[in-house]
Amino acid sequence: MENLKQLVQDGLAAVENADSLQALDQIRVEYLGKKGAITQQAKTLGKLSAEERPAAGQKINEAKGQVEQAINVKRSDLERVAIEQKLAGESIDVTLPGRGQDLGGLHPVTRTLQRIEEFFSRAGYTVEQGPEIEDDYHNFEALNIPGHHPARAMHDTFYFNPGTLLRTHTSPVQIRTMEAGKPPFRMICPGRVYRCDSDMTHTPMFHQVEGLLVEKDVSFADLKSTVEEFLRVFFERDLQVRFRPSYFPFTEPSAEVDIEWGREADGSIKWLEIMGCGMVHPKVFEHCGIDAEEYRGFAFGMGVERLAMLRYGVNDLRMFFENDLRFLRQFR
Amino acid sequence: MKFSEQWLREWVNPEISSQELMDQITMAGLEVDGFEPVAGKFEGVVVGEVQSVEPHPDADKLRVCQVSDGAQVVQVVCGAPNVREGLKVPFAVVGAVLPGDFKIRKAKLRGQPSEGMLCSESELGLSESHEGLMELPSDAPVGVSLSDYLRLNDVAIDVDLTPNRSDCLSIKGIAREVGVLNSMVPEAPHIEPVEAVHSEVPDIRVDAPEGCPRYLGRILRNVNLQAETPLWMQEKLRRSGLRSIDAAVDVTNFVMLEQGQPLHAFDRDEISTGIVVRMARPAEKLVLLDGQEVELTEQTLVIADHEKPIAIAGVMGGEHSGVNAKTRDLVLEAAYFDPITLAGKARHYGLHTDASHRFERGVDYELARDAMERATQLLLEIVGGEPGEIVEVSSAKHLPKARTIDLRSKRLADVLGLEINRTAVEEILIRLGLRVDKLLKDGWRILVPSFRPDISIEEDLIEEVGRIYGYNNLPVTEPTGSLGLRLNDEATRPVSAIQSYFVSHGYQEAITYSFVDPKVQAQVDPEHEGIALANPISSDLSVMRTTLWSGLLKTVAHNQNRQQPRIRLFETGLRFLQDGQRIEQQPMLAGVVVGPQYPENWVNGRRTTDFFDVKGELEGLFSLLGIQIGFVGSRHPALHPGQTAELIRDGEHVGWLGTLHPQVQKNLELNGTILMFELSLNSITTGYVPNFKEISKFPEVRRDLAIIIGGEVSFADVERVARKHAGERLTALRAFDVYQGESLGEGNRSLALSLFWQHPERTLNEDEVHSLFNGVIDALKEELGATLRS
Repeated sequence: MENLKQLVQDGLAAVENADSLQALDQIRVEYLGKKGAITQQAKTLGKLSAEERPAAGQKINEAKGQVEQAINVKRSDLERVAIEQKLAGESIDVTLPGRGQDLGGLHPVTRTLQRIEEFFSRAGYTVEQGPEIEDDYHNFEALNIPGHHPARAMHDTFYFNPGTLLRTHTSPVQIRTMEAGKPPFRMICPGRVYRCDSDMTHTPMFHQVEGLLVEKDVSFADLKSTVEEFLRVFFERDLQVRFRPSYFPFTEPSAEVDIEWGREADGSIKWLEIMGCGMVHPKVFEHCGIDAEEYRGFAFGMGVERLAMLRYGVNDLRMFFENDLRFLRQFR
Repeated sequence: MKFSEQWLREWVNPEISSQELMDQITMAGLEVDGFEPVAGKFEGVVVGEVQSVEPHPDADKLRVCQVSDGAQVVQVVCGAPNVREGLKVPFAVVGAVLPGDFKIRKAKLRGQPSEGMLCSESELGLSESHEGLMELPSDAPVGVSLSDYLRLNDVAIDVDLTPNRSDCLSIKGIAREVGVLNSMVPEAPHIEPVEAVHSEVPDIRVDAPEGCPRYLGRILRNVNLQAETPLWMQEKLRRSGLRSIDAAVDVTNFVMLEQGQPLHAFDRDEISTGIVVRMARPAEKLVLLDGQEVELTEQTLVIADHEKPIAIAGVMGGEHSGVNAKTRDLVLEAAYFDPITLAGKARHYGLHTDASHRFERGVDYELARDAMERATQLLLEIVGGEPGEIVEVSSAKHLPKARTIDLRSKRLADVLGLEINRTAVEEILIRLGLRVDKLLKDGWRILVPSFRPDISIEEDLIEEVGRIYGYNNLPVTEPTGSLGLRLNDEATRPVSAIQSYFVSHGYQEAITYSFVDPKVQAQVDPEHEGIALANPISSDLSVMRTTLWSGLLKTVAHNQNRQQPRIRLFETGLRFLQDGQRIEQQPMLAGVVVGPQYPENWVNGRRTTDFFDVKGELEGLFSLLGIQIGFVGSRHPALHPGQTAELIRDGEHVGWLGTLHPQVQKNLELNGTILMFELSLNSITTGYVPNFKEISKFPEVRRDLAIIIGGEVSFADVERVARKHAGERLTALRAFDVYQGESLGEGNRSLALSLFWQHPERTLNEDEVHSLFNGVIDALKEELGATLRS
């Protein structure tokens, strides 16, 4: 049994000196394995008397436990050191930029259109599309703008031939939608429109959103709330809105909508024209086969570039169609 | 319509400031576009009288004048050619300040002392005229402040009238509106019939009563057109933006501005054969007052004598028949021309006159006689002469009819969203000049006056009431809806989802013009001819795009010229194809990519984007949309012949992907390898709604093989054959290596594939898989001449 004491001491010393997990495992096999030195001590038990055996067996077990525990402690130490070493070698410069695809962006007109569409979709409006090459009937006649009407002079129209043109507004989509369906209607029609005009403040193509609501019981007061709510939500603030009588052949009563946009030198409100609107003209209903005595409606229309310019502070309309990446990238 | 505030206030003078007045009419629908003071800012300018004029001893062009300012006589050196003894002129005395903060001091001009300055109109900010000194009437009171004398404390207001409001193209009309807004009755000048002093009358025949339902003429004999137009009239014209011409023209213009009725004066000696109102004959010519000769069309209404046209009716008179200083006898014309007959005629001849502007929009059809009397009365005061009788030729059949319209109080309240008190409604209507013909049980029968051609239906009356009541005084209510919620179409993906996909893959959205340069389009889509605009804005924007590539490639050029090496753009929008008589307008999605695949970075360097980068991005899109698209090698005239794929869905062509043909790229002066795609949006947005399938609990088996195939065999061929023989339990087939090298033989490629099998209800046994796998290998050998790589 003196031998056992020595064995334990040797074992503990070996564990203490082990410098790797492999070496430690070697020691475990040497002392505690099936043929390990301490394990072998159990064979000496046979030579002992029945009285002596339990005490001797316990001593051997204690010796095993002592070495085993030392091995376990050493193992976790060595493992910790190994992980630390591995991690130390895996350091990276986290300040280097990430890799992968750059993000692109939506055109500011699309971005603006999506905000407009989102507002009206939530209010139950459908989004309708229509042709851009239109016929005279849908672009003018059906909207109560007959051939001799002075309002035609206000639309500098691109023609292909006398009956075919590029739509000058998105209003023909109203007509097409009403022709194809049955009231009630709630729709907006966003899209490209064209006017034969090009200078600092005009581009020959631009975007409009036109809206239409047709119900049995709808009034100018309802139109006012729709327009005011839209402007408040779009500009994300309470702003003063005023309705100024105006004229469009396809609505009556008609109004221009002005919003508060800063102050004049004398402190009075500076008004900015932002959109047009009105109650659907009975002639328009008539062209679409809707009984103007049974149904009433309101319509409104706005220029998308103008809203985008105000919203984002763009000061030159023409930039929208140059598609200069240095411009476009500002809107992503 | 530009007018003087002072003139308006002679008619109706509410106690409100200029600004309030302008706000008021703007909010009534007569939008004030701008306003300006009628003179520059100056002080110390009085009516002066030139008492003597002597030559300057040392300067040929200067004169030394003695000028009275009412209190004293001072010496002034003056260079104006029209300075003369007895002339009354604006005199800026020493200490005066002229527009531009120009102070008048004692000075010496070429040695001669000069105390003050004689002024031209431009020096006082009255007009652009530099033609010498402004000449004041001989009865101008010397020493009186010029501002007081000319009543220059006035602004010219410019109103941008909507085309329906022809009734406001006059002081009378605007005064009526201001009267309504302030509950006042405007004071109009008194018009009385002028008694004829002779019996000569013009011979008038109207052959086109549809175009000219009413024509009035009167002869005014022995006028003196050398007589000066009175200053007050000149000033009113000037402040309304019209130049003074001569007394006859000035009076007709004045009456037009005041009453709204355009008038014309002919020289009677030039139309001695009488007046005929008719349509022009083919190829008739006329030299107009502005000197240009026009060839008239048969749709043009003209005033003619018995031989030739002398005026385009309602647009402009002829030069020959016009009045001049020597004219002795006048024939005055006042007519009602039909707006539809005149519509667009002025524009056809490149003209736009004050008369045509009014006639096209509709002049009061009962106004001609009053206007004629008013003009006669003013002419008699200024140019004298002997008036004759008025001759009127009118056709009741063709004149507009007086209209009555019923206005229902319930409809009024329904449309405006407010019940307005009956008395308030009546007050508004009556002040507007609309007469209540009859009180109805539930409303009013309204008689529309002749000056409101725009009012023809009940809505017009509702608008009038709403407008004067004030839109901003109407309530604000939420619309109630009877529409049910729409079904949510899940299989169709919104375009916005596609846009977001490209944005997250580094693409910038562009919006380019729908009309493009035909030269660019001929390069990128030679097989389609773009539909041409009849009136393009310029030749490089003259045909409709047949592909979105035209605009996108132009955008690439724009950005490459601005040092942008990496360009990834996409656009959605219509393309336009002529298909026989039909025009196809198809929504498309297109993209162009050039430059490095990734932004310059420290890992993957500057690898240029290639075909498979873009193809991968498109495949990602198709997965997002839930659709299967095949790529088939093909040819397109604008694309690289060896790098072009046609995109196919269910056997239908849906678009193209390829590399821009190097020759086209060179022709368009573009740099780099440009990848492009274009897809028909309608063909790709409809996918499917997912349908759950049980997940197999049994293991998946994988087998790999490597084959060598000839250059003419595509991956698609291999995949097709392999799938055909792999049985229905094949779950996936992937290429995991492609290699091409000399050791394989010319043009040959090595292709490594992995195949996966799985059964939903049991474990596949080794023999089954083995036999399927061998079947695939045998088929590849047999059908495609593939050899197995050892």
